[in-house]
Amino acid sequence: MIRIENVSLSHQATPILHNISLTIPKGGVTALVGPNGAGKSSLLSLVARLQPLQTGAISIDGLPVDTTSNRTLAKIAAILRQDSVVASRLRVRELVGFGRFPHNRGRLNETDRAIIEQSLDQFDLADLAGRFVDTLSGGQRQRALVAMAFCQGTDYLLLDEPLNNLDMYYARDLMRSLRQVADENGKTVVIVLHDINMAGAYADRIVAMKGGRVIADGAPTEMLTTPVLQDVFGFAMQVATINGKPIVLHHL
Amino acid sequence: MIAAAAKKPLRLGVIASLGLAILFVLSLFVGVSDLPFGTALSDPDALQLLLVSRLPRTLAAVLAGAGLAIAGLIMQTLARNRFVEPATAGTAQSAELGILAATLLWPGATLAMKTLVASGAALLGTSIFFMTAHRLPPSQPFLVPLFGLVYGGVIGAGVTFIAWQANLLQYLAIWTNGDFSGVLRGRYELLWVAALMVALAWFVADRLTIMALGRDASIGLGLDYAGMMRIGLIIVSVIAALNVVVVGMIPFVGLVVPNIVSRLMGDNLRGTIKWVALSGAGLVLGCDIIGRLIRYPYEIPVGTVMGVVGGTLFLWLLFRRPAHG
Repeated sequence: MIRIENVSLSHQATPILHNISLTIPKGGVTALVGPNGAGKSSLLSLVARLQPLQTGAISIDGLPVDTTSNRTLAKIAAILRQDSVVASRLRVRELVGFGRFPHNRGRLNETDRAIIEQSLDQFDLADLAGRFVDTLSGGQRQRALVAMAFCQGTDYLLLDEPLNNLDMYYARDLMRSLRQVADENGKTVVIVLHDINMAGAYADRIVAMKGGRVIADGAPTEMLTTPVLQDVFGFAMQVATINGKPIVLHHL
Repeated sequence: MIAAAAKKPLRLGVIASLGLAILFVLSLFVGVSDLPFGTALSDPDALQLLLVSRLPRTLAAVLAGAGLAIAGLIMQTLARNRFVEPATAGTAQSAELGILAATLLWPGATLAMKTLVASGAALLGTSIFFMTAHRLPPSQPFLVPLFGLVYGGVIGAGVTFIAWQANLLQYLAIWTNGDFSGVLRGRYELLWVAALMVALAWFVADRLTIMALGRDASIGLGLDYAGMMRIGLIIVSVIAALNVVVVGMIPFVGLVVPNIVSRLMGDNLRGTIKWVALSGAGLVLGCDIIGRLIRYPYEIPVGTVMGVVGGTLFLWLLFRRPAHG
């Protein structure tokens, strides 16, 4: 369980997050949605200890993120930042393999190797495993980064806009993979999404943020309604129902 | 394809090792005094020459080259920028400032103490470089080396001014232009500390590879980012200071060697760091041999030769199409 209590954050004098309290239970896929600048990435980076907590408390499985050792947390939660840049010339298999670092500190054993191969397969990277990351397309590189986070083998996966650069095929594929690891391996996935229909189709719960606050929170069917979405995104959008599921026609 | 990819670095590695071995033997027998190959071990005078002059000189070149290449590699890893190295980004200049201050204020200090002062100054100067470099926008990768050049230039100018005021310009020339001609037994042994630093870098190679992925990725993988930064800074500063104090700074080694190895073998440092060290050693040793031969029996300092060779290699790196696959 991720427990966020009264967390506020400001950069210099600019407030970013206002007194956020949120509990994300273990298991399932939780989507963070909201307009640009809502504070989604900031909240995720606080949970992932990438920046220091200013006020409030955050714990994962009861371990406070600000006082628990980095090594311990790296075995519990993996983070993929938005727009991660890999400037290193690493082969895909090597990059994904570094996901095992928290467990083996650099010495790969047979278990590690098996997990690496499984991660490569899961994200359809087996054919690219010997390629240097800097020779891949943006979408392929994004998949390699997600595979690396998956390879870390943590109970919690924190993903900041992982669908960036992915085409329709791989965006759907990634969401299905995440759904699968949540359902079959009991992983907890927290994912920042801009595609509200992806959130509606694959998440168990949608948390909407705006202006540094959580302004709505619930199951997709409760969240994907015209009034809620208008509150969050600031314009009225039609919501259709296809096969009993809400589909947001936000582009019209 | 994967097997072929694994074979290629191995073959390159064998070539590099063989090249260094040949250069090492060559270096022992190239010089003003005649040292015939056959009698080297039987003739006591020849043996004396070998042990007092040629072997120390050769070892100094190997240690300096390996150290500088590793220092450049680590600096590029920490800065996440392929165009910085200790000679141009303020580290060497800070070390010069340190040894200049020690020479002026503490004339009785031993070479080891002076190296310590120079290392401290290099550490401070390099830390300031990184504090600034990490604030520069990552969207402008050329700002980091440009800032380094300006920063190093400003410190270097200050050093020159102080040395000029204090009538120490001759010393300064020794520190800023690498030269192995003065290396004798008893005058280079401090450089073995550089070998220790290279060993330390090898030990933390995996961590350095992760550092190159950036701060967020490092923390996400449970790495002590700040601690690794400190270790990296210490390795870079100590190696640069040792080179400045013992043989004088040699440019370009830290820049071109890590870039070439990265092109050929990638950046998984666990596998490549030994080849970086080996190639750095070979390059410096090769340039020193060229310097000894080019206007025999006179010598050209290795720093000057490296300026030409390294500059050419750097241009080749810039103009060559980026390697793929």
